[in-house]
Amino acid sequence: MTETIIIAEMNGGVVAPATAELVTAALALGGAPVLVVPCTDGASADAAGFAGVSRVIAAKSPVFSSYDAAAWAEAIDGIAPAGHVVALASSRSKDLAARLAARRGLPVVQDVVSIDGGQLTSPILSGKAMQTVAVDGAAVVTVRANVMAPAAAADADVSVVDASGDLKTAVLEVVARASARLDVAEANIIVSGGRGMGEPGNFRHLEALADTIGAAVGASRAAVDTWDEIPHSMQVGQTGKTVNPNLYIAVGISGAIQHLAGMRSSKYIVAINKDADAPIFKHADYGIVATWEEALPVLSDALAGMMS
Amino acid sequence: MPNIVVLVKQVPDTNAPVSISGGAVDFSGMKMVMSPYDEFALEAALRHKEAAGGEVTAVTLGGAGADKILKDAKAIGADHIVRLDHDGWADSNAVQGALAAAIRDLGAEVVYCGKSAADTGAGSTGPGLAEHLGWASASNVLALDFGADVTATVPAEGGDARLSVSLPAVFSCDKGDLKVRKPNVKGIMQAKKATVDVRAAQVGASSVRVVSCALPPAKPEGKTFHGGAAAADVARLLREEANVL
Ligand SMILES: Cc1cc2nc3c(=O)[nH]c(=O)nc-3n(C[C@H](O)[C@H](O)[C@H](O)COP(=O)(O)OP(=O)(O)OC[C@H]3O[C@@H](n4cnc5c(N)ncnc54)[C@H](O)[C@@H]3O)c2cc1C
Ligand SMILES: Nc1ncnc2c1ncn2[C@@H]1O[C@H](COP(=O)(O)O)[C@@H](O)[C@H]1O
Repeated sequence: MTETIIIAEMNGGVVAPATAELVTAALALGGAPVLVVPCTDGASADAAGFAGVSRVIAAKSPVFSSYDAAAWAEAIDGIAPAGHVVALASSRSKDLAARLAARRGLPVVQDVVSIDGGQLTSPILSGKAMQTVAVDGAAVVTVRANVMAPAAAADADVSVVDASGDLKTAVLEVVARASARLDVAEANIIVSGGRGMGEPGNFRHLEALADTIGAAVGASRAAVDTWDEIPHSMQVGQTGKTVNPNLYIAVGISGAIQHLAGMRSSKYIVAINKDADAPIFKHADYGIVATWEEALPVLSDALAGMMS
Repeated sequence: MPNIVVLVKQVPDTNAPVSISGGAVDFSGMKMVMSPYDEFALEAALRHKEAAGGEVTAVTLGGAGADKILKDAKAIGADHIVRLDHDGWADSNAVQGALAAAIRDLGAEVVYCGKSAADTGAGSTGPGLAEHLGWASASNVLALDFGADVTATVPAEGGDARLSVSLPAVFSCDKGDLKVRKPNVKGIMQAKKATVDVRAAQVGASSVRVVSCALPPAKPEGKTFHGGAAAADVARLLREEANVL
C-alpha cells in the first residue's frame, strides 16, 4: 500500500494539537499515514502517535531549530517516503509545502477545507468562491485548521532518523514581540477592534477580554491606518492576515469586504456594533447591536465568570 | 548591479462580487487589477534598484488582457515589461516551471513576488519558484535592507526574525511597512508608449484539473440581539451552543 506523509505542525519544538486534524485529512486522501516530526531532538516525537497512523518518523536535524524553507524541504524530502504529503495551512507550512512540492515535482494544493473521493476543495478569490480540483497522481496538500475532526491519540512506533539540509538563509536576530499575547495568525480565538473603538487606548478593553479567554487581539485596517499604536502585524484582512479561528469577536468593525476576506472562514463570529445595518451582522453567528461601551463589560464579566 | 525581476499577476478587483455560471467563475465584466501584494513586490524591487543599481523587469504569465498591469508597472517605474503568453489553467508546477525558465533566460539574480495572489490565495509561487531555480527564499517579507546580502524581516515564532539572505533569491512580499509609490506624469506617458515584450511561455502539463467552482455555502442565519445586556446571553451561547469556550 502506498503511504501518505503527514508533516507534523511544530510549535516551540513540540507537535501542535492541529496535527491530529491532519491525520483525518490523510486518511481521507488514502494511503497509509506516516507521521514525520521535524525536530532537533527525537524525544519530540514521543507520544506523537494518533489512531490510524502506521508509523512515526522523528526527522532529527539541527536545521529544524529555526525555519529555512530550502533546508527544511531538503531534509524532509531526504527521509520521507513517496506519496501524498499533508501539512497544515499555516503560513510557515504552506511555504514549506510549496518548496517540497517543487522539489518532488508534485503539484501543491493549498488551504483545502474538504476532501471527498479524491477531490479537494479550497477557497479562492478571498473566500468569495470555492474551487474543487482533482489530482492525477500524488500531490502536496495543505489543510486549513479547524475543518477536520481531530484523530484520537494512540501509541505508535517511533523511529528516529537523521536528516540534513543546506541552510540558504541565516537568522541574524529575532526581535521579540512587544506583548506576550499570541499572534492572530496562531490563535484559536481572536478579539478584533475597528475604528469604532474611538481611540487606540480603548484597545485595552479588548486586551483584557483576550487575556481572560486566551485570545489574540486583531484590528481592522482602518484602526491600523488611523492609529500608530496599532501595528500592521495585528491587521486582519486582505492586506493583513488571513485567519480562521474557532471564534472571532469583531468589535466596532463594519465588515468591509476586505476585512471579511481575512476572517470569514472563522468557525463562529460574534459582532458588536452600534449600527444594526453594519454588513458584519450578515456574517455573524451572534450579533449584538449595541455600543461596545455597553456590551463589552457585560461580555467580559460573563466570560470571566465562565472561565473561572 | 543586480538584474531584478518582479512578478505581477492580473486578478479580479477584490471589491468585485463573484458570480458563478456553469460551474465556473464568470470573469466577464469583472474589473481586473494588479494583485494587491504584487504592488508591494514592485515597490521592494524599485527600492532594491535604488540601493544597488541594476534594472527592474516586470514579468507576468497570462493572456493579452494582462498587458494592462504590465503598463501599470511600467508607469510606476519598471524598466522592462515581459509577458509570457499563456491563457487558461495551469497548476503550481506548470506556473513555476514557466516562470523559472523565463527568469533563467532573463539572467535575473533576484525575484520579488506577492506573498499570495488575490485569486488563488495560495502563496506557492515564491517558494516553489525558488526551489525550481535552486535559490534561497524568504516569504511573508515585512521589511528589507539592501547590502551585499539582502536582510529580510519575516514573522517567526515569538517575534520577527531578521534573515540574511544571499542572492540569488526569491522574496515573497507582505505589506509590512512599505508605502507604495504612485505613478507620476512622466511614468504614465512612458507607459503609454511602451510595448510589451511578449514571449512564448514554456508551460508544462498540469496534473491538477479544476472540476468545478461554486459559491461558498450560505451560513445559517445568525442570531441578533439588541442592547448591551444581551452580551451575557451570547457568552452563554458560546459555551452551550457553539461549544467554543
Ligand atoms: C485594497 C484594499 C485592501 C484593504 N485591506 C483591508 C484589510 O486587510 N483589512 C481591513 O480590515 N480592511 C481593509 N481594507 C479597508 C476596508 O475597505 C475598510 O475601510 C476597513 O475594513 C474599515 O475598518 P473599520 O470597520 O474598523 O472602520 P469603519 O468602516 O469606519 O467602521 C467602524 C464601525 O464601528 C461602528 N461603531 C462606531 N462606534 C461604535 C461604538 N461606540 N460601539 C460599537 N460600534 C461602533 C460603526 O457603526 C462602524 O460599523 C482594504 C481596502 C482596500 C481598498
Ligand atoms: N501567472 C503569474 N504571472 C506572474 N506572477 C505570478 C503568476 N502567478 C503567481 N505569480 C506571483 O506569485 C505570487 C503568489 O501567487 P500564488 O502562489 O498564486 O499565491 C503572486 O502575487 C505573483 O507575484
